[in-house]
Amino acid sequence: MVRVLLPAHLRNLAQTGPEVHLEVNGPVTQRAILDTLEATYPVLRGTIRDHGTHKRRAFVRFFACGEDHSHDAPDDPLPDAVARGDEPFAVIGAMAGG
Amino acid sequence: MAGVRLLVGTAKGGFVLTSDEGRRDWEVEGPLFGGWEIFHMQGSPLDTDRIYASQAGGWFGQVIQRSDDGGRSWNPVGNEFSYATVPGTHQWYDGTPHPWEFAKVWHLEPSLTEHDVVYAGIEDAGLFRSDDAGMTWQELQGLREHGTGPKWQPGAGGLCLHTIVQDPRDPQRILVAISAAGTFRSDDGGTTWKATNKGLRSGEIPDEDAEVGHCVHKIARHPTRPDTLFMQKHWDVMRSDDGGDSWREISGNLPTDFGFAIDVHAHDPETVYVVPIKSDSEHYPIDGALQVWRSTTGGDEWEPLTRGLPQKNCYVNVLRDCMAVDRLDDCGVYFGTTSGQLFGSADAGDTWAPIVEGLPRILSVEAQTLS
Repeated sequence: MVRVLLPAHLRNLAQTGPEVHLEVNGPVTQRAILDTLEATYPVLRGTIRDHGTHKRRAFVRFFACGEDHSHDAPDDPLPDAVARGDEPFAVIGAMAGG
Repeated sequence: MAGVRLLVGTAKGGFVLTSDEGRRDWEVEGPLFGGWEIFHMQGSPLDTDRIYASQAGGWFGQVIQRSDDGGRSWNPVGNEFSYATVPGTHQWYDGTPHPWEFAKVWHLEPSLTEHDVVYAGIEDAGLFRSDDAGMTWQELQGLREHGTGPKWQPGAGGLCLHTIVQDPRDPQRILVAISAAGTFRSDDGGTTWKATNKGLRSGEIPDEDAEVGHCVHKIARHPTRPDTLFMQKHWDVMRSDDGGDSWREISGNLPTDFGFAIDVHAHDPETVYVVPIKSDSEHYPIDGALQVWRSTTGGDEWEPLTRGLPQKNCYVNVLRDCMAVDRLDDCGVYFGTTSGQLFGSADAGDTWAPIVEGLPRILSVEAQTLS
């Protein structure tokens, strides 16, 4: 199971806890995780990436294993530790509070 | 029990306030969706239990919430606002072409006649319609594809469609206002549109009388007088008596005719309210004295309403969607400020009192009259 950490606003929207566990089919990539996340929690569509283009929203970042994966290609494989569920894939709201 | 429910959108959440007919004691619920910008909340004129909220934020984009029980519980509905065709460009602030992009929903307007129909005005300017109570949205692209689209330009808040006025006689007739493009009217349910800006003059564009490019801030209309429209423009308060085909200035003796909010008395279609703001860059009242000005003559002649409002050291703004009236026998008038003060009058503006102070920056105020 892939572990995904969600920020508080998205947890509230999806009515879930801080970490969700997803069964991701095939290679574990950003796209595969987000496709599965949105299929499981449709209310999150459009909140992390745009409808249609699937472009990451400007103030959202993706961290895993202490690295910033925000600018990876969506089909690049994520670290094995994420695929194994040893480390979470974190969806982060950028430090832009106001 | 008869009373009033106020729907208040703020920069950090929504608030629902309720009172009985006396409108002295208010119960405040909120913040709803804390931390999110609630740009607009609006109830259905056909069903006071049905309320929509535009929930948005820089991090996570646009969400639309709907309540079917008067705001006690909410559920997210559709949030996909995709332009129906390739949107092209509009003018940027410096006059260069800029791609049309969805930013957020500024205004939600439930239908006067169909229970599950609701309109949404968005930034960058477009009009969307939902036939399933917000679950899915379709653009009425004839507006954006009006031939003047490349000449539209954003106001300080963005290129926003912020006003949707339905005609109670004819659901096919819709008038919208866009900053900074002007007003447009459709007589066929939103398929085709014409610019309705004759009479508007704006010094901020090369041709002051241009067909489009005017920064219209808000339009109000009394339901019994559908052809009469009152407009607060960037500068100038305007009036139309032919459904927007032509406009004339009614600023009269206002101390400044810049402002954002405007509304009409619930029972007297010739009584109009505005909140004069010092200038286009000084977004606060003159001399720090917060005043509502009222005309009982349909414009031109105005009187200041000050009783109960701060008359010194008050440097707030009242944004375009932040004034509302209720429809009780003694018309209530309400407005919210950028400093989070919500004021109310239960006597048509003669006297005012703060309903609540210290809310986040208020972005919208709507009033529902409960029976």
